[in-house]
Amino acid sequence: MHLDSIGFPAIAAAMIARFLPVWIALAAILLPSFKFRKRLGLYGQLLETGVGVAGLAICLFWLFTAVFADIIAPFDPLRQIVIMKNAAPGTIEPESGLPFILGGDRLARDVFSRVVFGSQIVLVIAPAATLFSLMVGTMLGLPAGYYGGRVDGVLSFLANLVLAFPVILLFYLLVTPGIRETAIPQWLGGVFLVFPIAFFVMLFWTRYASRPGLLAVQLGATLLIGGWIYAGLVFDADPLRIISIAPNELNIFVAVVFASSPGVFRIVRGLTMDIRTRDYIAAAQTRGESPWYIMLWEVLPNARGPLIVDACLRIGYTAILLGALGYFGLGLAPESPDWGTAIKESSRLLRADVHPALPPVMALMSFVLGLNLVADALREQSMKD
Amino acid sequence: MQSFIIRRLGVMALTMLCLTLIVFFLVNLEPNLRRLAISQMDMRASIEDQERWLERNGYRQNFLMRYGQWLGVLPKQPNLDAETGKAVPRFPYCREPASARFSGVLQGDFGCSTKFKVPVAQKLFPALGATGVLMFWVMAVMVPVSLIIGVLAGMREGSRTDRALSIASITTAATPEYISGVIFTVIFAFWLGWLNGSAASATHQGVTFHNFTLPVITMATYGTGYIARMTRASMVEVMAQQYIRTARLKGLSFRAVVLRHALRNALIAPFTVIMLQFPWLLTGVAIVEVMFRYQGFGFTLIEAASNNDIDLLLACSLISVFVVLVTQLVSDVGYAVLNPRIRVQ
Repeated sequence: MHLDSIGFPAIAAAMIARFLPVWIALAAILLPSFKFRKRLGLYGQLLETGVGVAGLAICLFWLFTAVFADIIAPFDPLRQIVIMKNAAPGTIEPESGLPFILGGDRLARDVFSRVVFGSQIVLVIAPAATLFSLMVGTMLGLPAGYYGGRVDGVLSFLANLVLAFPVILLFYLLVTPGIRETAIPQWLGGVFLVFPIAFFVMLFWTRYASRPGLLAVQLGATLLIGGWIYAGLVFDADPLRIISIAPNELNIFVAVVFASSPGVFRIVRGLTMDIRTRDYIAAAQTRGESPWYIMLWEVLPNARGPLIVDACLRIGYTAILLGALGYFGLGLAPESPDWGTAIKESSRLLRADVHPALPPVMALMSFVLGLNLVADALREQSMKD
Repeated sequence: MQSFIIRRLGVMALTMLCLTLIVFFLVNLEPNLRRLAISQMDMRASIEDQERWLERNGYRQNFLMRYGQWLGVLPKQPNLDAETGKAVPRFPYCREPASARFSGVLQGDFGCSTKFKVPVAQKLFPALGATGVLMFWVMAVMVPVSLIIGVLAGMREGSRTDRALSIASITTAATPEYISGVIFTVIFAFWLGWLNGSAASATHQGVTFHNFTLPVITMATYGTGYIARMTRASMVEVMAQQYIRTARLKGLSFRAVVLRHALRNALIAPFTVIMLQFPWLLTGVAIVEVMFRYQGFGFTLIEAASNNDIDLLLACSLISVFVVLVTQLVSDVGYAVLNPRIRVQ
């Protein structure tokens, strides 16, 4: 049976039209920020350089693609339309009359819709896992760098232990269906998720201990929200059923945090050791501030520059790790539309068809590139000061 | 310096002990043992049969005892046949001592691979050799290219060359192996038809330009960008030093300043970075070897891990951890040797 198709210019036009919500959102964010960039601090400085603007635009592009995925994607990413198996880009699906903009894959699913929905998986897990590993690494790195001595010795040994593991081996051991039958992911998750809660509790406690009224509100809110997320993620027992996570996603999440927090630990420890010798730390010590106040309110704010740059790079690195997990078929479901799984699926059949492989490849590459450009621009700006 | 190295070696031994214990624990989790039993037997074997298989092959002994036996600090007991009372090897394809004997990793016995049905050493060492060949070529491409890019970019900060090379290296640093592999295969193997899309023939028939270029450039791409960025940063820093200005002011040509005065000092930091690349290179090796079907260490590791081949996986992790720790040590010692300003006490 012959299927109609559209030519290359029409494909490009259809793609641009499909991304319309993203273009509008991009313009709505970038134009005002560009206009008021002088007043926007670090974020505004990012817009001073071409590299920064390009990086930010790419990151925001994928962010909005993930947000508006339901509107952008013309088809369900999992739906198989048998007639469209291995369809060339631009082939029109007869039933709906809409084109498969980037063609169909081996299982007759729309490649374009899969890439769009794949962005949701990457853009949820990568930043969230990075945020958690930042908090875990910070909560352990601050005391290690500040106290030194035995605390540092033990924590550094543990961090180096994890860092000496080749990442791929770690994932093969930690992300398996077998391990999900045991309680290990829950245990690890339970341990790691304590750190963010502890972080905020300590943050408020050290600063506002003299104002019990305010402190009570802050601690109450922290424990309520933290406990809610904790219950939802670790025990899958969110009373309101808003936060829930599939066992395989929890498994991936925990493994990524586990692999990535020792790196943060090392950076925070190094920065703390450096900042500890400054005069304002000595001044705070003389004032009689508690060690944790100094760590969280004196050291950490002064270490933020390198940490923000590292966080940008780390989100990209985590996206690469997620892709590698998908490539090896670990954790994510085989029909999942995430980019790594899509690359694995299509790279085995490159000899037959190239078109299903290139879109996820370009998507992952551009997203990581955007983050690297942002990190580079931020680093350049912080060098200037 | 000597006591520093000895202390480091002690920490290394402790790290390896801890890590192998963790790996040993993880591969011996109940679901993993079941998976092993199923893969070794008929798919329809009953739970009781699986249990009997695990029992017979010693997987139900005490965990720490087994770890001690694997390590070689406890004697390995021979496997006695219940009926005849004679010693029979657990796996027909591996020889085993007929009497109790210390025979573990410390004695050089890595055990038996259940996936490849050979002793581990027989599978592992040829694979390591194959990966050594791959690594040699990757390093031979990656190190000179990235150092040249880094030096050229950092030589004149902010120039057009710098901008172009920096963007290029940021781009390659955003391209992991499974992406560059796909792109290069599409371009060079299918569109242009210059290179072979698989390195399977390299394992047996030897390395040729056709079958080996794609794995090598795929692996080199990701690292090149990173090392080039580090070299650039280090070069920029060196070029801002007083002694460079002095050399310029006394009338030396720019070329002579860069080659004779800046280069040596600028290459200290990248040396450390290259050494610390090894843990990541192991991941890259696994991806590239699986993608191009090259039977090296990474391929073996993935096969061992996906089939829960306990002894082979333990040996693989031991070796990869050893490589990582040795390179860390070399990088620290090398840094002290290269940089006269740092003397380790």
